[in-house]
Amino acid sequence: MADTLEAQPESPGEWGRRRFLTWVVAAPTLMVAARLGLAPADAEAAQAPTEASQTPLSLYIAIQEDGRVIATLPRTEMGQGITTAVAMLVAEELDLPLDAVDVRSAGADSRWLVQLTGLSSTMRLLAGPLRAAAADARARLVTAAAFRWRVLALSLTTAQGEVRAPDGRRASYGELAVAASQVLLPAVSPLPKSVGEYTLVGRPTGRVDARDIITGAARYALDLDLPGALPTVVARPPTLRGTVQSFDDTPARSMPGVVGVVPLSSGVAVVARTFAQALAARDALRITWAPGPASALSDVDIRARLREAIGPRPLPPLLTTRTLEGRFDFPYLAHAPMETQSCVARVQGDQAEVWLGAQDPKYAQRVVARALGWELSPQRVTVNVTRAGGGFGRRFFSEAAVEAALVSRALGQPVKLLWTRNDDMRHGHFRPASHHRILAHLGPGGMLLGWNHRAAIPTLELPHGFGDALTALAGELLPQVTSTVFFALTQRSPYHFGLVSHELREVSVPIPTGSFRSVFTSQVGVANEVFVDQLARELQLDPVALRRSRLASSRLQAVLKKVVTVGQWGRALPTGVAQGVAVLEEWDSAIAHLVEVDVTGAVPRVLRIIIAADVGLPINPKGIEAQLQGAAVDAMSTTLSAGLHIDAGAVREGSFADYHWLRMKHVPSDIQVHLVRSDDRVGGVGELGYPSAAAALANAIARARGTMPTRFPILDEGA
Amino acid sequence: MPAHQFILNGRTVSVESPADLPLLWVLRDVLGVTGPKYGCGVGVCGACTSHLDGEAFRPCIHPVGDTTGRAVTTIEGLGAQGLHPVQEAWLEEDVAQCGFCQPGQIMAAVALLRRNAHPTDADIDAAMSDNVCRCGTYVRIRAAIQRAALLLRASAPTGGASLEGDPGTTGRP
Repeated sequence: MADTLEAQPESPGEWGRRRFLTWVVAAPTLMVAARLGLAPADAEAAQAPTEASQTPLSLYIAIQEDGRVIATLPRTEMGQGITTAVAMLVAEELDLPLDAVDVRSAGADSRWLVQLTGLSSTMRLLAGPLRAAAADARARLVTAAAFRWRVLALSLTTAQGEVRAPDGRRASYGELAVAASQVLLPAVSPLPKSVGEYTLVGRPTGRVDARDIITGAARYALDLDLPGALPTVVARPPTLRGTVQSFDDTPARSMPGVVGVVPLSSGVAVVARTFAQALAARDALRITWAPGPASALSDVDIRARLREAIGPRPLPPLLTTRTLEGRFDFPYLAHAPMETQSCVARVQGDQAEVWLGAQDPKYAQRVVARALGWELSPQRVTVNVTRAGGGFGRRFFSEAAVEAALVSRALGQPVKLLWTRNDDMRHGHFRPASHHRILAHLGPGGMLLGWNHRAAIPTLELPHGFGDALTALAGELLPQVTSTVFFALTQRSPYHFGLVSHELREVSVPIPTGSFRSVFTSQVGVANEVFVDQLARELQLDPVALRRSRLASSRLQAVLKKVVTVGQWGRALPTGVAQGVAVLEEWDSAIAHLVEVDVTGAVPRVLRIIIAADVGLPINPKGIEAQLQGAAVDAMSTTLSAGLHIDAGAVREGSFADYHWLRMKHVPSDIQVHLVRSDDRVGGVGELGYPSAAAALANAIARARGTMPTRFPILDEGA
Repeated sequence: MPAHQFILNGRTVSVESPADLPLLWVLRDVLGVTGPKYGCGVGVCGACTSHLDGEAFRPCIHPVGDTTGRAVTTIEGLGAQGLHPVQEAWLEEDVAQCGFCQPGQIMAAVALLRRNAHPTDADIDAAMSDNVCRCGTYVRIRAAIQRAALLLRASAPTGGASLEGDPGTTGRP
């Protein structure tokens, strides 16, 4: 708030901070702030709910005196809608109205085995435990009421956040919470409802945070008002992982509002009273940069290196008479979340506290502790997880937290550190580029004998680890997951294609990488599905017919059938307009896309997209639809127009002006989602919707133009 | 240093600062109004979109000096008297995902509907294509704008788009 910008002697010509104290002329500051709704969220209040009035019944569930239920979620809301789905599950089991449940993201805490938000694992891993915890809480509340009223617990019911007795007596959960926490053995079943009993779960439900978002009340890291936290930006090298050779901060330090300049390994941080001042002073720094390790590499070199790594063809299976080969190139991609990397930090003595939308708060805790020299006592770092303005894999890394903590310690003041859009675009952990060779081995009569996919991909950095998350999903101990292990675990073909193999050729390229929506499937899975269409063309088969004859999975058959029926596969279309399909089964879910595209204009125009997905039990169909629509836009963007270029170790793109993510005018008004339900297991959604959307679009373009796209994004004429 | 006095969400405020200071930082750093987001700082993403005298504009590239005597409305000021019909439509269509771009999207949509009570898909394309949504909520944004147009027309039978809910343009003190 304005009055945190307390006075300091003004130097001549300086923009006096204390003048801000007079900013309001109409009325006293606080009153106006309250009436205008201008008072910013207090970071402390936002992060430290009133512990005193809550009774925890488990790690997941606590009940407030007023009867509100607090669900603690060891995951991060980045837009994927998990807080809504979790609120629905908890409300369902506890017979509560949806708006009586608050879902909060847990800070880094060793009591949670897995805190990583990714791999479409949140609902797959947590729906079970959350339902069990909420059902157990209900059983304890009922038992507590039975003790209080001296009646048979089985005679009691729950509704609207109350336990009710047949004689009309009622007690709210808030009144019963303390007694419920002391129940040792519930007197009614603590088991969750059966799916058939659901009244809320499975019903299309609007997001629980929608009102906050549309009124501007939703707080992201830099919207928190930690008293005294100073705006901070970092001057970064022109090349990836370049370093500071020398710098002169004399002019910058004398600029208005500048509080301090702090050298970091990633650049030079400037702290000022406002971001405008910090940005101006950053531009006044005189820095000599040493080039980064990739400064000899441009796109053409990287592509050549990847191509080279593919190596000679393996021996074909016996009886092979003909081998079809497909080659594909994918670019580096920036995640480019709308909220750039950012963090609020306060380091005091031997304690640090950070606020950010981390996708893995425990990893954030480790890296901040390490940077502060507290590797052996990471618990000194408190990580508060805020809502994130998009993640897509980028927020597994927490460089902004490390930088903010170091700057806060150096200055002895709390800071709020912002990455500019340029920073975010040019210093990311990118989805790696890749080159693919697919060989389809045909025998006599067009029999398919084998399918060999070799992908050359720069090493994917997974320092945060996927091990514990995958262990939890697979039930096997996978402590160290390298990119090779992850590739082997995830890449497979759903088709009866004879001898199928997927091989990763890891290539060492000194450009930072990280997982992106769908991880390896965003390339390998896309290339496979595009080449399935090519195979159909070579065999003069309809691509849907080919898939139907070779797909082993009944779930894939069902979703394919759905899009073919709804989308009227094969219907008459004007010249230059065509349909394409593709499928994917991964993350315990299955999906098919049918895309219609018009290639008669200067650039391909997507006319409509039909999606059918089997995600098992659809907890919130509305949220699932949103995720799949959004993933389709990602897929359209990166298939058509968005990709990074590397020029001598630097990223060329700097904002949404040249990183061509799709806009309203490029996106069809018709993106339909149809849910097919094979069973009640909870399948993944977030990662699911990308690969087959991209492949179906490429396939539609191939069918409209008569040639298969092999290099993405298709519209890239640059490198 | 000049004082810049303008109307923010219906209240007069005064800020002393260099005239060329981008308004976004005045709003966020000085006045604590955090609804308008930093998304790019160069006017290409639309995350900070707000209204200046009822027209959509980008505070990240708009100097505070140019707001003197004018009415600035941010997302916080849009629903000062309950939700604006565009916000209602946003709820009904369940538009938001991460939500970071949505204040800007909503302000752009309100400005569009104020100019054009019957927007076609092409009108929506033209008015909304400078606002990036990285989550890809465009389908629902379009549907929400069409729904809001209906709501606004229903509440303004004379045919003009309603100005209600925007204190910046109604000139309340």
